[in-house]
Amino acid sequence: MSETHEGMDVGYVAKLACIDLTDEETTLFQGQLDQVLHYVEQLNELDVSNVEPTAHAIPVYNVLRKDEVGTSLNHDDVIANFPSATDGHVRVPKIIDQ
Amino acid sequence: MADLNKCTISELSEKLASGDCTSVDIVNDVLASIDANDGNVGAYLTIDREDALAQAKAADEKRVAGSSLPMLGIPVAIKDLLNVKGQPCTCSSKILEGYVAPYDATVISKLREAGAILLGRVNMDEFAMGSSTENAALGKTSNPWNLDHVPGGSSGGSAACVAADEAIASLGSDTGGSIRQPAAFCGCVGVKPTYGRVSRYGLTAFASSLDQIGPITKTVKDSAILLETLCGHDAMDSSSIEIEVPAFGKELSTDTSLAGMKLGLPKEFFVEGMDPEVEKSVRDAVEHCKSLGAEIVDVSLPNAKYAIAVYYIIATAEASANLARFDGIRYGMRVDGKDPADLYAKTRSAGFGQEVKRRIILGTYVLSSGYYDAYYKKAQKVRTLIRNDFTEAFKKCDAILAPVTPTPAYKKGEKTADPLKMYLDDILTTPTNLAGNCALSLPCGFASNGMPIGLQIIGDDFQEETILKVGHAYEQSTEWHKRHPSL
Amino acid sequence: MKYEATIGLETHVMQKTNTKMFCSCKYEYGAEPNTHVCPTCLGYPGALPVMNEKAIELICKAGLLLGCEINPYSKWDRKNYFYPDMAKNYQITQADEPLCLGGEVTVEVEGEMKTFTLERIHQEENAAKNTHVAGASLVDYNRAGTALMEIVSDPCMSSASDALAYMTHVKQVMQYGGISNCDQEKGQMRSDVNVSVKPVGQKELGAKVEIKNMNSFAFIQDAIEYEIDRQISVLESGGTVVQETRGYNPDRGETFTQRTKENAHDYRYFPEPDLMPVKVSKEQVEQWRSELPEMPAQRRVRYVEQLGLPEYDAGVLTASMDVSDWFEETMKHTKNAKAVSNFIMGEMLRLLSEQGLSIADSKVTPQKLAEIIALIDAKAISTGGGKQIFETIFNEGGDPAAIMEAKGLAQVSDDSALEGWADEAIANNPKPVEEYKAGNPASINFLMGQVMKASRGKANPGAVMQMLKQKLDA
Ligand SMILES: [Zn+2]
Repeated sequence: MSETHEGMDVGYVAKLACIDLTDEETTLFQGQLDQVLHYVEQLNELDVSNVEPTAHAIPVYNVLRKDEVGTSLNHDDVIANFPSATDGHVRVPKIIDQ
Repeated sequence: MADLNKCTISELSEKLASGDCTSVDIVNDVLASIDANDGNVGAYLTIDREDALAQAKAADEKRVAGSSLPMLGIPVAIKDLLNVKGQPCTCSSKILEGYVAPYDATVISKLREAGAILLGRVNMDEFAMGSSTENAALGKTSNPWNLDHVPGGSSGGSAACVAADEAIASLGSDTGGSIRQPAAFCGCVGVKPTYGRVSRYGLTAFASSLDQIGPITKTVKDSAILLETLCGHDAMDSSSIEIEVPAFGKELSTDTSLAGMKLGLPKEFFVEGMDPEVEKSVRDAVEHCKSLGAEIVDVSLPNAKYAIAVYYIIATAEASANLARFDGIRYGMRVDGKDPADLYAKTRSAGFGQEVKRRIILGTYVLSSGYYDAYYKKAQKVRTLIRNDFTEAFKKCDAILAPVTPTPAYKKGEKTADPLKMYLDDILTTPTNLAGNCALSLPCGFASNGMPIGLQIIGDDFQEETILKVGHAYEQSTEWHKRHPSL
Repeated sequence: MKYEATIGLETHVMQKTNTKMFCSCKYEYGAEPNTHVCPTCLGYPGALPVMNEKAIELICKAGLLLGCEINPYSKWDRKNYFYPDMAKNYQITQADEPLCLGGEVTVEVEGEMKTFTLERIHQEENAAKNTHVAGASLVDYNRAGTALMEIVSDPCMSSASDALAYMTHVKQVMQYGGISNCDQEKGQMRSDVNVSVKPVGQKELGAKVEIKNMNSFAFIQDAIEYEIDRQISVLESGGTVVQETRGYNPDRGETFTQRTKENAHDYRYFPEPDLMPVKVSKEQVEQWRSELPEMPAQRRVRYVEQLGLPEYDAGVLTASMDVSDWFEETMKHTKNAKAVSNFIMGEMLRLLSEQGLSIADSKVTPQKLAEIIALIDAKAISTGGGKQIFETIFNEGGDPAAIMEAKGLAQVSDDSALEGWADEAIANNPKPVEEYKAGNPASINFLMGQVMKASRGKANPGAVMQMLKQKLDA
């Protein structure tokens, strides 16, 4: 990790996360997050090559529901929450195909 | 009617049952206390007085009609990240301004079914990211024991309102200590249930594999009563476990003996830099448990020291995805843009506070291409080691005793400039979230500056009964819980 | 230099479930916008996903039908990217442990049997539907979160016809298996195509170009052909093919750059904490296997062996499941398989294609066709009369017997009437009678024509022939 965290480019990562940072924020976060990543390096002390990762603390399996139609939300409540609505749709700036 | 707001759930239940008071009386006293003190404490974000009184009136009518539901007529404050139908749910963030929840969280439905009164919404660190409630965008909350001090966090409002007798009990959520730490800072009792014990449906997610909802109350017995209401399998939450819910409240007797009980003391939890007054109070509490008949055994949690590193990788990674939905498209705040990407960036930059942005960026980074194995996957593996430590420890003991925090509540502004310093304070609470097991925090003393100190009782998976029993025995044979802050 | 193409397909198929993948909202095509939505599929704070049992069954059955192995342990992951049609800004999918592994299909391509292998089939959730208006886009989340599976082939095809044969087969199997309706118009089957080109004999593959999100087989075929030509001409002119994502413009018949490698997404996959892994036991797999419906190949064999149909008929009838099902439904009302087959292959398919209809729209129902065939078999009408009735019903509707009456199509088989006409024909035409008796059997056809003429076409030809022979041979 020591070699990896040098690579953290706060500006680039913020873009991935769809957040615009001011220059001040970028500088501030760069310093603070470098510190955090440096702290995290202590995990390198451990050999975990034969350890299974834990994704769920208390795993269970096959939590399924029947394919039965339930109640959907009231359409007016949904529209009331839309910041901008047109004809029952949420309105967004024009999507340009990526 | 005098000071019903200062009573516990069990006391009020008796008074209500015997006709000594009504739920409307209780709510009036609580509202009066809020009027008198919340200007200073700042626990509440929103209160609908008329609605609370209407609920109280309905509860009184139900009681007259013969109902004796466990929480009937008891007002409970709700952390602002739980969805209540028709109410805002801001998570103390600007980005959710305008959002009106169209549904009830499962715990809210359970509270309603149990007859509780939903009192109002209390402050928190934005999206539960913080340990002092200083990261709240929509309110400022103080510690009722000393208004210059932080109430802890992220469930700072939940603990402050109970400590200030502005609520009888409250709901909080605990991802890395967010119930136990503010409970300790404010001299309350708080429980982080075993992961899967309480449904997360309707709890705005911070880190899905760590979050649990739990009670903050004035006594262990109250926590037991409220916890029993919250628990139970929920088909809406795939991580909810189908397991019987014991009658937590009824199990607690007046017998304070801990004979036959083995309590573990992990040396790793008395960390470097720990406040000596905290250490002393906790060690005294250990001695007290011994005097109640418990056998104290040494246990070791050698990997617990990695908990902060693991926690801040896993929690921020999950959060980076969980908070992606706050994008200005379907609900909440929107800052318009020339295209969707522009709209997202503008909305999220304006809507999220600094700590939230910092954690989203950290979480995004540890998942990004080329770094996943080095950070996220590794953290998940160390998580396994931490869980194994607990499994081993619980072979030797019934519960573990430990401090909740390295220090009592500190002054506002003391740690805001140094995020890592603030993160390190979670060292004693995060291991339990990573392992999934349960833990309780209760008062075990006061520092010389008058701030409360908490004792943590950690249990194995689904052993809430055990930690409540130990906590109740300790509490009933000590006086700490009887103190109230002077406001 | 000679070049060869390598093609792989990622085919998205919407499963036939009542509800969405992770919430109980109804899936209904064409409903009023944003009426089948809930906190989960709108990505509201606090909402959680729960797996749809039926979707898991359907993807595993699809896997079994395509020769996959069912993964005994599979899990869920989050694929992170921001897009307005993605309510949570991550898609729940399966990155490293999909439900179905491997698989292969053998199909006929231009007379040659070819085997194409699959890499995997994984379960995911569908995106919402965007429409575009002046200066803005509108999003409808009714489709968001519906069950969508992705069938990923190996890069094992080498031409547009390979791809077409593969997709046709997959579609047929999905329809027959009850997995999906694969209605491409409704976006129930869409494919991304990966195309690369390299000099013949070269080991390593050329740069991979992905053409995204096409639903029409014809477009896919055109896009592949265009893309192979484009890449070859880039290479021939000394250039290098850029690894990128391209779109297909059907109006111009061309592909165009959408996103280059540098701008590729970083999806930041990680295990979905809100969903638990799926374990599928051997017993469960066998149970599902035993429930698999009959596939077209099996139906063809049954049609030939049990119903006595020619191979050709069996092939035509099973090419589309709608038609095959319609055939089977008709067989519940008649035993004359060949007659049903003839009507379907002749009248039905011709009329459907002329009028651009599907068999579900046909006014001739299986019961009505069976009635028409019964009339023919009872010699109440001629085969030609039957065809007339069929076409009338197809166009206007109506009841076979009533149309037979109304159009005067009933045949006369009544002996006394036939005998009168036969005696008259013999008496009036001594010359053909003599020729017949002298050993020229064809002469009887003239007499036959006379009888048919006298009956104005209503005489049953078989009965007339019999009557004439009886009289002349006596
Ligand atoms: Zn839904």
